[in-house]
Amino acid sequence: MADFSLRTLLNRQAEPADCDSPLPVMTVRDLSAGYNGHQAIAHITFDVFAGERVGIVGPNGAGKSTLFKALVGLLPHQGAISIQGASCRDSHGMIGYVPQYEAIDWRFPATVWDVVMMGRARQIGYILPPRKRDREAVRQALERVGMWALRKRQIGELSGGQRRRVFVARALAQQASVLLLDEPFSGVDAAAENDIFQVLDVLREEGVAVLLATHNLVQAATHYDRLMLLSGGRMLAYGPPAEVYTPDNLAATFGERIALLRDGDQYLVIPDQPCHDHDELRHVHAHRMT
Amino acid sequence: MAGEGLALWLADAGLWQILIAAWDVLWHNFDQVVLSPLQYPLLARSLAAAIVVGIVSGVLGTYVVVRGMAFFGDALAHAILPGVAFAYQRANGGTDNLFWGGLVAGVLSALGIGYLTRHEKIREDTAIGVVFAAMFALGIAMISRINNYAGDLSHILFGQILGVSEGDLLRIIGFGAAVLLVVALFFKEFMIISFDPALARTLRLPTEAFRLLLLVLIAVTIVVSLQTVGIALMVALLVTPAATAQLVSKRLLPMMFVSALFGAASSIIGFYISYYQDIATGPAIVLTATALFLFVFSVQQTRQAIAQTWPRLRTIRERLKTSPPGTLSLHGDEE
Repeated sequence: MADFSLRTLLNRQAEPADCDSPLPVMTVRDLSAGYNGHQAIAHITFDVFAGERVGIVGPNGAGKSTLFKALVGLLPHQGAISIQGASCRDSHGMIGYVPQYEAIDWRFPATVWDVVMMGRARQIGYILPPRKRDREAVRQALERVGMWALRKRQIGELSGGQRRRVFVARALAQQASVLLLDEPFSGVDAAAENDIFQVLDVLREEGVAVLLATHNLVQAATHYDRLMLLSGGRMLAYGPPAEVYTPDNLAATFGERIALLRDGDQYLVIPDQPCHDHDELRHVHAHRMT
Repeated sequence: MAGEGLALWLADAGLWQILIAAWDVLWHNFDQVVLSPLQYPLLARSLAAAIVVGIVSGVLGTYVVVRGMAFFGDALAHAILPGVAFAYQRANGGTDNLFWGGLVAGVLSALGIGYLTRHEKIREDTAIGVVFAAMFALGIAMISRINNYAGDLSHILFGQILGVSEGDLLRIIGFGAAVLLVVALFFKEFMIISFDPALARTLRLPTEAFRLLLLVLIAVTIVVSLQTVGIALMVALLVTPAATAQLVSKRLLPMMFVSALFGAASSIIGFYISYYQDIATGPAIVLTATALFLFVFSVQQTRQAIAQTWPRLRTIRERLKTSPPGTLSLHGDEE
């Protein structure tokens, strides 16, 4: 029987497909995008599977942010992006996006609860107020990331790690199947970094694929299922870290300025020459970790 | 030890004491002070218009403040001048069509600025600067061709609330209600595009349409408020009550209500100050809003200072207590 209630008419929204298919959750084919006619990324093709954690690695200006903006739909692009078989245009809320920390005004009068509820806007629909189903989804998402107790806090009162948790909870409430995090580790101390990885584990359990842009080569080598090396807007390699981190690939990505030593599970990054004007290299300079 | 809470309570109690005393004085002279000006229909209409304007611009001002659009609001208010001037010229000095002229110019300027800033090719404040200066110059150029323009210009620039006719009041109420209705309908969407436009895009909301709609709503609010405070002071109605509200709210909806409250309060108090002190109404309202902001700001600062200082006082006192007798000239505290 046809349902012509206001709510149905306002919310012609596709429910996300099942996650347990062996098909990739996101397929990207020959993606190109840029600003003002200049192509910042070109011919990028890759697949992401449910629950996977993919690191996007590359120097500044490699096109990491452009790639994210194109995937989210913030930039016009050529090529095909599909999420669980649905084309990008119809993928209401299936991609979650955690913007760079600086892109958010933390004084905004919204509580933790409000921010997570924003992720439900599509399910709620225009004009209508949240229903019990939405409040329940928000509650579950907040409990999942351990922020339920702080739900009434204004977002500006939270620590850096807590703020990122809120955005992960928002992606959960949104029922996104892919979550993009743009530089989630910038300006974060070791404890908060650990905190973020814990929340990312929650996402893995929920079958949410995660794409992270990062500068940290060593961390990328040990904490991700797949890596994408980006340089000059081109995808140079895509695959498991052990396959991607070859001397040739690294030289092609960062020029001859860097070397990555591997000793069993340990990685050591060595810049070949002192670099004064490259923050990302200074950042990974002799950064060692198991 | 609840000393900290006690100190805050005492400070609050003192504050309430003052407020209650002021209210008391007002209450006992209510007929004479408050009601007597309202026997003149003109003044009653003006007050009603000022209150509606205070509420509507308080609500829309919330978006102006949280989105950091103060400059946009100021510019848009100035950009409606050519529309007003055109209507004035056509009507040979009549004021009936000023509203519609301003509305057309305001909406067009809002959409123009929105169009220029669409793809971030031009920084928003640059685009605003270009459009705003051009429109304002055009308006002044048009007015300067009319004879005896000086007096009329000042009415447009600084408001002329005593000229509110019955038709004006109905228009103000009608458009104000329409603006509030749209805000109520799309509250959630406006909040999302204001807080995190990227989320709006991932949810495939028509982000650009909502942004333009919000700009148009602000334009309508400005035109509605024109008679009260005029072009030059309009930005204060949008920004000051909302800024006051942001000091005391941590969620958007309560901030809107508080902002509307401060807007209406500024209008009422400013109206009476204007009446009794013979000051132009626009500046009186704006200065009242500013006084309210400073008052709330300083109360909050004081509360913070007490909350921070009290624990320090306590440690000092404890140190005094534990120091050997005789070394300090402080008598034993039997607490």
